[in-house]
Amino acid sequence: MIGSRRQILARKALIWVALILGACFAGLPVLWMVSSSFKSNLEIFAYPPHLIDESFSFAAYEAVLGDPARLRFFVNSYLVAILVTICTVVTSILAGYSFSRYDFRFKKILNLIIIGVQSVPPITLMIPYFGLIVWLGLYNSYAALVLTYMVFTLSYAIIMMTGYFNTLPRDLDEAVMIDGGGSFVTLWRILVPISLPGIVAVGVYTFMLAWNEFLFALTLTRTNDMRTVPIGIHLLMGQHSFEWNQMLALSVLGSLPVLMLFLLFQRYFIAGMSAGSIKG
Amino acid sequence: MAQAIQPEIADTTNVSWEQRKRKLLPYGYLSPTLVLLAVLTVVPIVTVFLYSLVDNVIVNPNQPIFVGLDNYEEVLTNRKFRGALSNTLYFSLVSVVAHFIIGLSFALLLNSRLLSANVKAVFRVIYILPWVFTASIIAILWRLLLNPHGVVNFVLLELGIIPELNEWLSDRKLALNAVTFINIWAGYPFYLVSFLAGLQGIPDDLYEAGRVDGGNAWQLFRHITLPQLRPIIISLALLDFIWTIHQFTLIWMTTGGGPLRSTEVLSTYTYKAAFSSHEYSIASTIAMVILAICTFVAIFYVRSQRMTDE
Repeated sequence: MIGSRRQILARKALIWVALILGACFAGLPVLWMVSSSFKSNLEIFAYPPHLIDESFSFAAYEAVLGDPARLRFFVNSYLVAILVTICTVVTSILAGYSFSRYDFRFKKILNLIIIGVQSVPPITLMIPYFGLIVWLGLYNSYAALVLTYMVFTLSYAIIMMTGYFNTLPRDLDEAVMIDGGGSFVTLWRILVPISLPGIVAVGVYTFMLAWNEFLFALTLTRTNDMRTVPIGIHLLMGQHSFEWNQMLALSVLGSLPVLMLFLLFQRYFIAGMSAGSIKG
Repeated sequence: MAQAIQPEIADTTNVSWEQRKRKLLPYGYLSPTLVLLAVLTVVPIVTVFLYSLVDNVIVNPNQPIFVGLDNYEEVLTNRKFRGALSNTLYFSLVSVVAHFIIGLSFALLLNSRLLSANVKAVFRVIYILPWVFTASIIAILWRLLLNPHGVVNFVLLELGIIPELNEWLSDRKLALNAVTFINIWAGYPFYLVSFLAGLQGIPDDLYEAGRVDGGNAWQLFRHITLPQLRPIIISLALLDFIWTIHQFTLIWMTTGGGPLRSTEVLSTYTYKAAFSSHEYSIASTIAMVILAICTFVAIFYVRSQRMTDE
């Protein structure tokens, strides 16, 4: 039953080999991107390739950070992502509360629709959005991006929030109700504070989606001062001469916010995901 | 007497008002969501559907002409459309299967009892890394690696795996597999995270009982782990399938659908029809076909979700 020591050692070795092979698959491409962003544009495709060569410098980063037009991409991305996150979190708390604590006539069908919205292809919505957003006078504005992003952040956020509220006992809010607190007071004073882990998970997930969005940002903005980071990268790629090191530096800088959020909140995030829609 | 009755009447009206308020309250909480979804999903979907039934929309100054299902006939019999459809299905099916295999293998590795908690924490971050990057950055990253003079060609050539430098993204025979590989790399962490959560939810007793019955590792996996993860597997695979059918950015920024439409998928095809050729009716028709495919898959997804909810 205990198995010989050698057997356990062999299994351990096998697991470590697999573990390191997996890490190479996942991590080496990223490492190469980061190291290339420090090379000069000429050395990027040098033969034979080196992880780090003599051309190592921060020149590409200086070029990106010293250019107000490119910094603007970051300002836009932060603004849009933060606004989307706030709006999505508030809206999904209200909707999740309703689904978790009330029974009403169209509950089942509304719940179904919200789950179903996740499967609507953005490309299907893109054509009418163009007309709709122009008609609303929102073309090339932050509002256009915030509103359209919420369509695909909201449904997942509501599912996660409802799942989280469902794990909290109803006795909690009933005690407050009996003491004369209204339903809104109950939600705000009792449920929201203890749901912080769930709310953080929803917030991080929403921020990531909004920070990464491409298609709507491409079609609903026109001028460079409204473009977000992913579109900024796209614009750099469209230029005649590829400034590889600058594109990569912009990519690394553009990935940092999400990476930081993820590292800081991964515990909440993973717990929130399992409490949300995908539950075994 | 009159004075005594008065408050009672007031009470009953109060109660009915309270009741009505309580009935309307859940809709009140849902109202921001409902307004947003009505304006930004229901209205647009109806609009696309109407566009798909007419000719001359948006750009043409003439009045739109109702053509019924003609656009659908035109699209469905078009060879370019069929090519895009088969590319999309290949891209999506291969991605989903590979995501599942890699995600589950990594989750099982990270769940091994032979590793310390710290080791697990470090490798978990490395394994989830591809998830942190947005599609346009993943596109740049792999264009760098898969460049004919890039590091992938160098390593494979040195190891003798390929005889000559490959143009991974601009060779008709290789491009579709190359973008599929990129999508596999980008997407497996979503499974990994979900499976990690799922594995932790499987009670140890089940494995104890299995071992007492003399099950080996493979049998335990086959008869305990897999069935326990089944609900997660089903909903993940369906959701991922839908998302992969949606995928636009990755392909748009690596190959743009080329070379010679060898990586053209439905979403890039729709985008080109709308914004390059300005054939909005045709674009809307393709968009409706994508919606139909996704809705078909979504029916199963919603069902699986409700099974796990109840």
